[in-house]
Amino acid sequence: MAFLDIIGVTKRFGSVKVLHEINIGVEEGEFLVLVGPSGCGKSTLLNMIAGLEIVSSGEIRIRDSRINEVHPSQRDIAMVFQSYALYPNMTVGGNMAFGLEMHGISKSERQALVKEVAELLQITPLLDRKPSQLSGGQRQRVAMGRALVRDPDVFLFDEPLSNLDAKLRVDMRTEIKKLHLKLGTTTVYVTHDQIEAMTLSTRIAVMMDGHLQQIGSPAEIYQLPSNLFVAGFMGSPPMNLIPAKIVNGNDGIALHVSLHSGEMTALNLYQPSPGLLNQVGREVILGLRPESITDPDSADRNSPANQPLLNRIIITETAGSDTFVKTMLGGVEITSRMRGDSEVSANSDASLVVDMSKAVLFDPQSEQRIS
Amino acid sequence: MSQSRDNSLPTSHFTRALIYTALLIFAVYYLLPLFVMLTNSLKTLDEIRAGNMLALPRSITIEPWLKAWDSAQIGVDPSGLKPYFMNSVLMVIPAVLISTMLGAINGYILTKWNFRGAGVMFGLMLFSCFIPFQIVLIPMARVLGLIGLAGTTSGLVLVHVVYGIGFTTLFFRNYYNAFPDELVRAALLDGAGFFRIFWRILLPSSGPIIVVTIIWQFTNIWNDFLFGASFADFDSQPITVALNNLVSSSTGVKEYNVHFAGAILAALPTLIVYIVSGRYFVRGLMAGSVKG
Ligand SMILES: Nc1ncnc2c1ncn2[C@@H]1O[C@H](COP(=O)(O)OP(=O)(O)OP(=O)(O)O)[C@@H](O)[C@H]1O
Ligand SMILES: [Mg+2]
Repeated sequence: MAFLDIIGVTKRFGSVKVLHEINIGVEEGEFLVLVGPSGCGKSTLLNMIAGLEIVSSGEIRIRDSRINEVHPSQRDIAMVFQSYALYPNMTVGGNMAFGLEMHGISKSERQALVKEVAELLQITPLLDRKPSQLSGGQRQRVAMGRALVRDPDVFLFDEPLSNLDAKLRVDMRTEIKKLHLKLGTTTVYVTHDQIEAMTLSTRIAVMMDGHLQQIGSPAEIYQLPSNLFVAGFMGSPPMNLIPAKIVNGNDGIALHVSLHSGEMTALNLYQPSPGLLNQVGREVILGLRPESITDPDSADRNSPANQPLLNRIIITETAGSDTFVKTMLGGVEITSRMRGDSEVSANSDASLVVDMSKAVLFDPQSEQRIS
Repeated sequence: MSQSRDNSLPTSHFTRALIYTALLIFAVYYLLPLFVMLTNSLKTLDEIRAGNMLALPRSITIEPWLKAWDSAQIGVDPSGLKPYFMNSVLMVIPAVLISTMLGAINGYILTKWNFRGAGVMFGLMLFSCFIPFQIVLIPMARVLGLIGLAGTTSGLVLVHVVYGIGFTTLFFRNYYNAFPDELVRAALLDGAGFFRIFWRILLPSSGPIIVVTIIWQFTNIWNDFLFGASFADFDSQPITVALNNLVSSSTGVKEYNVHFAGAILAALPTLIVYIVSGRYFVRGLMAGSVKG
């Protein structure tokens, strides 16, 4: 039993099933991020937790009591919407106090609470303004203030930052993280921005087409994606997925991968799982993050499994602190991340280092991770 | 108003002159009847019979106005239009308020509390806007008789409310359709119930559409003749029916000056409503199409 339990929850709209048997347990004080491509059912799941959508089957429990039938106004849940949904006819202060008023809190107490939260969010000078007189960033703050002031059991956020410009989005992200560290309220946060997911969460739930793909800490999701979808979805640029074949190498089993020239090279597997030892000849997909295929200067010197590789550079893209370099491996174009001042240049051969201790293998048919 | 000039395309002086001439002609054409009524209502009967209709009064008299208001012969009583004016007021105010309120609640439910068959329900209400008055006369008379409201002002209020709901619902539904659902959801999570959300969130933002609906309902109900003539008794007749009686029942001489004064009296409330709130009317009609 966790604090917020989602047990076998399914959602149907008519005959269309948009969520399939979702099981998630959110611990008290946790910051869970739901991430996935558009239309995968994130908002639907969030709305069901809030009580704005009916649960077709399964159960949602808070503090081990079933809330499926509890009216949204009776659940102690606050939500921040993508459009902010500030009441246009009320001032900022009125917006923040409305929920308190509905819960029968006295006027003097309301004022004190609003004042406190307004100071926390630095919106005290805005309290008498109408929402139409605020900038996007200010509206965002007020929407958060309206949720915070109620001090609910659970915060729900549905893409709260997607209407802000890039700079403000990064600032607010940090701010939300700080607030969570300070208040420790259990939070479920929906986004389709995987960087937001990585930076904010204590755990991430990756969804696709109404199925939960993987749930785990950001590090787990990043280093050990459970299938090809998660590997390709999380991380920017995403994980390189390279067709390869298990062979007997000179030092245990290895992977045969084709280079730009069409020649084959063997990459030794680092601590291969025992199950792989008798699978010589099997086709697999090798997953490597861009920072695990890099130049000797940028390579992680502490890695126990650095292996050299000579390959043709197709193109280089400088992005300030990093240089992204494209090469061909296993017949697909892959991306390497190198230092910003890396001196490799396009159309020349360069020596690269592959960190095989970070490698993950997938089965091409089932698309699941095999080691 | 000054904005429309900034936005207008550059035109030659000639086109300008042409446009203004045309506009002037139309304005005169529309204002002429009002002018005739107003000037002749201020003349004595002798002067009307002697002179021409378009001439200004030689000596102004308010006698016809006073007579039309409280001593002209209407039906059997020399009561003037006053009691009937009051009948109209007593009919129109509750009918407008009730139908507007019901339209607002209907629009709220149809857009924000989607239930099975909401579309069909709305379709039927919309359909009611197109049912000709004449068709419902006999069934309505029967219903009024059955519930004991035949010949009363309350009966007329009921008829106008029922007939108006289709339009008022249409107005509010379209207005609330553009109103974000997330606001209702936010209010729900804030702990507000069905009526609280309506009262505290939607209604305070509905100013323009309320004005439109009130003007629409007011003019329609105030100007209604058919229902008034069909369902009212002598002591509940609205002013439109009384005006007709005034004009047609005069024995002997036709007092045109009194008739004109009476007609203006009957039209005055709708004129005032338009002049006072016409600006909001236009703004309200626009509000649905342009997101604020
Ligand atoms: N009221 C509805 N009736 C029918 N289908 C719906 C309804 N609401 C959502 N859906 C469908 O359910 C699926 C999930 O929708 P949802 O809004 O949860 O996606 P999402 O993950 O939040 O996407 P986005 O990132 O674009 O917000 C979509 O395929 C959508 O078309
Ligand atoms: Mg969504």
